[in-house]
Order: sequence, then C-alpha cells, then structure tokens
Amino acid sequence: MWACLRFLHWPLQALGELGGTQPVAVVDGQSPRLRIACANAQALKSGVRIGHALAAAQALCPRLRLLRRDEVAERRSLEALAAWAYRYSADVCLSPPDALLLEVGRSLSLFGGWPALQRRLRGELAALGYVHNLVAAPNATAARVLAATHDGLAIAMQAPLLRALDVLPLAAGGLDENVVAALCGMGFRTLREVFRLPRAELARRVGPAVLDHLDRLRGLGAERLPRYRPPDRFERRIDLDHGVESGTALLFPLRRLVGELALFLAARDGGVQRFALVFGHERTATTRIDIGFLDPVREAATLFGLSRSRLERVELPAPVHALTLRADELPPMCALHGDLFDRASSEALDWPALAERLRARLGDTAVQGIASLGDHRPECAWRSVPIAPAGGAARAPVRMDAEAETASPPLRPFWLLSRPRPLRPAPNEILGGPERIESGWWDGGDQRRDYYLVRTRAGQRAWAFVEAGATDGWMLHGWFA
Amino acid sequence: MLLLSDSFDALPSDTSPFTASAAPAPVSLRPQPRPRRDEAALADVLRHPQVWRRGTALQNRVDAVPTGCAELDTELPGGGWPRGALSEILVEHDGIGEFGLVAPVLATLTRARQRVVLIAPPYIPYAPALAAAGIDLAHLVRIDAQAADAYWTAEQCLRAGCCGAVLNWLPNADYRQLRRLQLAAESSAALAFVFRPSGAAAQPSPAALRLRVSAGADATEIEILKCRGRFGEAPRLRA
Repeated sequence: MWACLRFLHWPLQALGELGGTQPVAVVDGQSPRLRIACANAQALKSGVRIGHALAAAQALCPRLRLLRRDEVAERRSLEALAAWAYRYSADVCLSPPDALLLEVGRSLSLFGGWPALQRRLRGELAALGYVHNLVAAPNATAARVLAATHDGLAIAMQAPLLRALDVLPLAAGGLDENVVAALCGMGFRTLREVFRLPRAELARRVGPAVLDHLDRLRGLGAERLPRYRPPDRFERRIDLDHGVESGTALLFPLRRLVGELALFLAARDGGVQRFALVFGHERTATTRIDIGFLDPVREAATLFGLSRSRLERVELPAPVHALTLRADELPPMCALHGDLFDRASSEALDWPALAERLRARLGDTAVQGIASLGDHRPECAWRSVPIAPAGGAARAPVRMDAEAETASPPLRPFWLLSRPRPLRPAPNEILGGPERIESGWWDGGDQRRDYYLVRTRAGQRAWAFVEAGATDGWMLHGWFA
Repeated sequence: MLLLSDSFDALPSDTSPFTASAAPAPVSLRPQPRPRRDEAALADVLRHPQVWRRGTALQNRVDAVPTGCAELDTELPGGGWPRGALSEILVEHDGIGEFGLVAPVLATLTRARQRVVLIAPPYIPYAPALAAAGIDLAHLVRIDAQAADAYWTAEQCLRAGCCGAVLNWLPNADYRQLRRLQLAAESSAALAFVFRPSGAAAQPSPAALRLRVSAGADATEIEILKCRGRFGEAPRLRA
C-alpha cells in the first residue's frame, strides 16, 4: 500500500510564499514567453490563472508580486521532506516536482493502522506548515494520480481502486499533455473509456509507454521507482545575527546543531565517529575544531557534552558569525551490550565514556596503551598503542621472538628514561651485568652498549650503560623502581 | 575521632590507638526517635573504620587486595591494599623499588581483566619489565596529563568506577586535593595509589594508608606511617 503526499502550489510553497495576504505568483519559462506557473489565493481571486502570460496577469492584477520559479529550491525542499518522511517508511520515493511516495503497508502495524498514521503525518506536516493532499492506494502510480484530485482518499482493495479510476477525467490521469489532447480528439473523456480500448490498437496510436502507465495504474504492471536514500553526510549551518565572542553564548547554537545531528543519526540508524565544528568569522579565516570519538556516538547529550569540553579549550581569534557542523564519517552504530554475569565486561561499558571524556579534555593522544615489541634495543622494545575501542577485540598480543619466549627474560627496569642521561656521580656498586646490547645496524640506530644494574650513592638501583668496551662515561637509562 | 570503649579508664595511655591521624571525620550520633533504629544506627557507627572498640577485631571490615608481600599483608588490616581508599606511598628517591611494591597487585588486577590506569607517570613505564612482572598490558592505560589536569583525571577515573586501580604521581599535592581524591576513591571499589616524595611525610594527609619507602643499607625499607583500622607501633619492613 502506497501513500502519496502531494504538496499544493509547490512552486510557491517551496519558496515559503504561500501564506501571505498579498497576491503573489511564480512565473516560469524563457524571457519573452513568461507564463504564470502558480498563484496564491489572492491572485486567483483577481482572475489570474495558471498559464496566463505575464502581461495578462499583470493587467488583471496590477499589485501582483512576481517571483521567478526556483526548481533547485523545490528539489531541496522535497528532499528535506523525504528525510522527514523516512521515519515512517523505509521506501520513500521522490516524485518530482511536487510529491512524495511512501510505502506504508509495512509501517501500518507499527504506527497503529492507517487512520493513526494519517493523523500523525498530517499533524506533523501542519506543524511544519505544508499544505498537502494525502492519498493511499494499492499502487504508487494510482496514489500519485489520485492525489492530484483527491485528499484523504484511502483505498486498500483493487475493485474500489478501479471504480475510483474509472470516473477520472482523462486530463487527471497523469498522461502526457499531447497524449491527452490526441485522445480527446478521438472523442474520449474518461479513463474508463480508454481502459476498454483494445490494447494493440491503442499502443499503435499513443505508444507503448502510455499503455504501460495505464497498466500500472490498474496494478497490472511492475512499478520501478527510484528509492530515496538518506544522505551519507550531514552539514548544517547556523548564522548568528551578531558576532559572538564568549564560548558560553555559542553553546545554544551548538546544542541545536548537535540535536539535529542526533535526530539525523537516529533516522539512519547510525552513529558519528568524527565531525568538525567550523566557526566563521567576519574577516579572518574560519576556525575549525575536529572532534573524534573512539566509537560511534549517537546520543545528543553525549555529543553535546563532548563537543562542549572541546569548545571550552579553544581560543577563538575573533567574534563568531556563523557556526557549521559537518559530519562525513557516519559508520553504522553497534550498540554495546552488558554481560549479565561477567562483572569485568559489564564495567567496560563505562570505560568508553570515560576515555572520551579524558580525550576531550586532555587531547586525542593523551590516553594510550603500552605494548612491548621484539627488539633488543631498549628504546625500541616498547611503543604506545591507541587504546582498543570498546566492543572491538582486545589488542592482539605483539609477538616476541621465539628466543625471547623460551629464555628467561633479561632483567629490565620498570622506569625507562625517555633519553639516557649521564649518571653522576659514578655508581657506588655494580650489582649485575654486563649485558651487551648490540643491535640496530640495519636501520641506522646502531647501538653497542654494556648494560649494568648499579647502585647509586643514595641507594637507588639504576639501569646504566657504558659504550661497549669502555669503563667510564656512565649513562643512566632506567630505574628499578 | 570517636572512641567507644566499655572500659574507658583502662585504656593504657602509652599505647595511643592512633597513628599519625588525619582531620577527624565527623561521625554523627544523632538520637533516633525509635529504639530499634537506634540500635541499627549504633551498629553502623561501631562498624565505622575510624571507631575502635576494645576487645574487638576490625580486620574483617576492610575490603583489601593482597599486596603480594606476605610480611606487609600481615601488618595491614584486611591483609592488603584497601579498596575504595587512597594509599599514599612516600618515596625517598626514584628507583628504590617503589613500583615493585605495587606491581604484584597490578598483575593480579590486570589478569582479572580489570583496568589499571597510570596517570602522568614520571618516566616511561617500560613494557618488557611490566610484562615480565606478570602485568597484562592489554589492560594497562597510560594517561599523559599536565599537573593541573592530573587531579581532575584521577578523580574522573576513580568516580567512573570502571578502573581496578588508579596510580597517580602528584609531587605537589596539597591536603585539599588529596582529600578530593580520597572522597573519589571512597565512591569506588578501586585501589587508589598516590606517589609523593618522602618530604611530604610531615604534612597531614587524608589517605587511609601511608607508607614511606626508603633505601636501607642493603634493602628497601617500608614504614607504615598511618593506617586506618590498625593500632599500635608498626615494625619496619624490609623488602
């Protein structure tokens, strides 16, 4: 079952000009042959009709305000409405210029039947301020055709659909203008008369495309409709009336943008992993903050809290005149589930949130894991690794050399100095060693050192080395803490 | 601090039950309207770790994790590092075995898949040594933070309740900051360690446990400066 939403006076509605009290009309066409494409109630009252030439319309209604038709704006508005309609049906099709088609048969039980769904659609469209016709029919073509003339019609079965189509005049059948003129010339007035004609003869006179359309109207042919896909990126911009300098005043537009993003994410059942806040200034270049998460995030409160703590740490060079939120990475969301019995993993639910909070304040690289590597050089035997995102597998253990696994591990200190420094005064006592570490000739980081476990005068146990073969020049490289 | 004793007078004056003490924690003994509740409230008060009742053992009240050093375990109430409390380790110099003191417990926790967080350690925690000590590196997290952020980070980690142990290096902490950490630790079941230079031993501290680690002639010496729930002189331990 398909529902068709047809928006009335769409060229005017899309420009947001339908509601005024002054006569307004939209003109279409090339310059000397401008025609009225759409007019509001005031203009129609004074005699202006669709298709009138510009001069005739102005003669009938001197106060008529004229607007140029904007097909790009119409398309954009229709797409915005499709995004709205997507929450009621997984199959939304744009039917330009002025209609949306929704497959509602599979949504009925979720929304409590057609009357309830219809009430909901109409209520939300009224709140958004769109004037529309709403029709439901067993197939999309029929719904589209019936919506041109009817409002509130709901047909579920084939027989009443045929009765409703039979009485339609030819002009309302969704056929091409030339075809309608030709058929009228042959003396036909309603669709019923055309339906009764022998197929072969009709096809010869009006072409197979028209026959297809007539078949689809009656549910006899397969329909192929381009399905609407929600966009894969999100971008919204808020322009501010005055330059805003303080971060707190920016929180209001930020909250609105983040709220819209959260709605968008919920509609496409995804999360956001990375987005950018771009602050537009009047004269200087824009400021951009990139906000990244370890795991896809969707909740508005989380998004807002994390963006806020990043925003607080940014120095804005000039007053902000516009705020843009741009999100390109929108991976599918996989919700985490707690384990009922395993306490350790149920606690892991809190860790991603904590890690995000820490990263937001301390920086993206502040929270790190540690891994050991199979290298003999002390500096190369460890590295920082990004912490494993929750839900993902734990870090794969780094493979050590087979030799290192079997032999008893050499003595290593808990603390390593980031770079060796001279050990002064010379150590009091040598407790262990030497251990010759000679490696790295292949990558330019060649080392030849003799490492000792030594005790300093203060009683500290240090890991120190001298160059191979030397006896002096102690360098401190770690503490046995 | 509050004393409830059946025989107050018999308390020997030379063995003060209190080691180096923190600011007294307020314990309210407000009269309750109904007698049954009164008993319950009294029992609650008596269970408070800062209340000492003569002739009763309080050891079983402290939730603790064994330190891995049997001598130290016998001296500590509960037999180990207290959970949900701040343990302060005062270090004379770097490199006298101060991290080795906590390494066994970190190994226990990480192998039980609990997360251990090192906040602003003074040097690079050296992965091969940590792995050799039995610590599962997959559950070890190092956080780089400036001094001002380190307190905040520690508090967040403790309050989040998803860490098994939080280790801090706070050379310049004052009483107020430590008090905040102690309160944060009380809200969680984590082990909270703070490493400070031994010069801070003279300053008051709200930590539940204070150990001083110093280098002896041939071994590391551990001195219990303060320990909640434990009374009497503590011997110097050698490790």
